[in-house]
Amino acid sequence: MKSMSYEFTKGLVKNNPVFVQVLGMCPTLAVTTSVVNGLGMGMATSFVLVSAALIASIMKSLVPGEVRIPVYAVIIATFVTIADLVLRAFFPPLSVSLGPYVPLIVVNCIIMGRIEAFATRNGPLPSVVDALGMGAGFTLSLMVLGAVREIFGNGSIFGFDLFGPSFNPVLVMIMPAGAFLTLGVLMAIFNAVKESSKTVLISAEKPVEA
Amino acid sequence: MQFIVLIISAAVVNNFVLTYFVGVCPFIGVSKKIDSALSMGIAVTFVMTITATVTWLINRYILIGLGLPFLEYVSYIVVIASLVQFVEMFIKKTSPALYRTLGIFLPLITTNCAILFVALLLTMREYGFLESIVFGIGGGLGFTLAIVIMAGIREQLEVADIPKPFQGAAITLIVAGIIALSFMAFAGMVSA
Repeated sequence: MKSMSYEFTKGLVKNNPVFVQVLGMCPTLAVTTSVVNGLGMGMATSFVLVSAALIASIMKSLVPGEVRIPVYAVIIATFVTIADLVLRAFFPPLSVSLGPYVPLIVVNCIIMGRIEAFATRNGPLPSVVDALGMGAGFTLSLMVLGAVREIFGNGSIFGFDLFGPSFNPVLVMIMPAGAFLTLGVLMAIFNAVKESSKTVLISAEKPVEA
Repeated sequence: MQFIVLIISAAVVNNFVLTYFVGVCPFIGVSKKIDSALSMGIAVTFVMTITATVTWLINRYILIGLGLPFLEYVSYIVVIASLVQFVEMFIKKTSPALYRTLGIFLPLITTNCAILFVALLLTMREYGFLESIVFGIGGGLGFTLAIVIMAGIREQLEVADIPKPFQGAAITLIVAGIIALSFMAFAGMVSA
C-alpha cells in the first residue's frame, strides 16, 4: 500500500493526465483560450472525477464485470449533469464560454481511465485521493496552457491587460491551430525537463516504493 | 443544395477534429498507418450517422415529448454505448470480413467524444431530421479526411530525425496544428 501523499502527487507530474498520459485532449485543446476557462473546466472535471471515483469504488462489488462500462458511464453522466446545471445557475458567462464541452466531460477518458485503472481496485479513500491528484494535475495543465495562449493571443492574464494598447496579439494562439501548436511545444518542454531531472526523480521515489 | 453546403461545412470548413477538437484521442492514437486510419474513419462515420439519426428521434419524441431534457446526457451516452455494442454484434454476424477490419476500433468509438458531440450539437442547433443525418455524415467524412491526412504525414515522419523531447505525442500535435492552420484557409467559404 503506497502512501496517500504518493497517490495524490503522482497525478501532478509523474502521471500527469495531459502531458504524460495524453488523455482528455478534447477539453484540453478546446477551452484553453484563457486561464479562467481552463480553471473552470479543470474544476468541473475534477468534481466529476472525484464523485464518480468515490461512487464507483463503493459500488465495485455490486457491478457485474460485463456491464461495468455502461454503469460507470451513467454514473459519470449523472455528475456531469449536476456540474452543468450548477455552472448554468451560478456561473452563466463561464457556462456559455465552455459551451458543449461541459457535457463532453462524460466522454473524457481521464475519468473512465481512473475508474477502470484505480477506483475499481482500491477502497473509497485512496480512490478519492487519486482522483483529487489527477484532477489537480489536469486543472494545472489546463491553466498553464490557458495562460500561455491568453498571454500571447490576447495580451492579458486572468482578463487583466498585460502589455497595454501597443501590443499586437498573436491571434493564431487563440485559434484552433494555436491550441495544437502550444500543447505540442509545452509537451516537448515537459519531456525535456523530465528527462533532465530523471535521476533526481528516481532517487526521490525510491523510499516510497520500498 | 442546402445539404451539400451542410456537408462541406461539417467536413471541411468546421472540421470536427481541427476546429472543435473532438475525436482528438483516436486522431492521435490510431493515425500511424493509412490503412487503419481509413478503417477508423469509416467506422466513425458509420456510427456517427446512426447516432445522429437515433438521438434526433430520442430527443424529439422521448426527451422533449415527455419533458425530460435534463436526462439528455445520461440518455445519449447510454444510447451511444448500446448502439456501438449493437453495431459490433451486427457486423460480426453479417460480415466477418468487415468485422476483421473494423472490429478492434468499434469499442473505442464509445469514448470518442466526436460521437457525443454530434448528438449534442444537433440538439443545440435544432436541426431537422434530414439535416441531422447529413450533419452526421459530414462530420464523419471530416474526421476521416483529417485522420487519413495525419496518417499520411506520420508515415513520412517515421524516417525523419525528430529531436528527442518532441518524439511521440508532441510532434503529432504540432503536425496537427499545421494541418489546422492549412484548414483555416477554408474559413469563410461557407457561413455557419
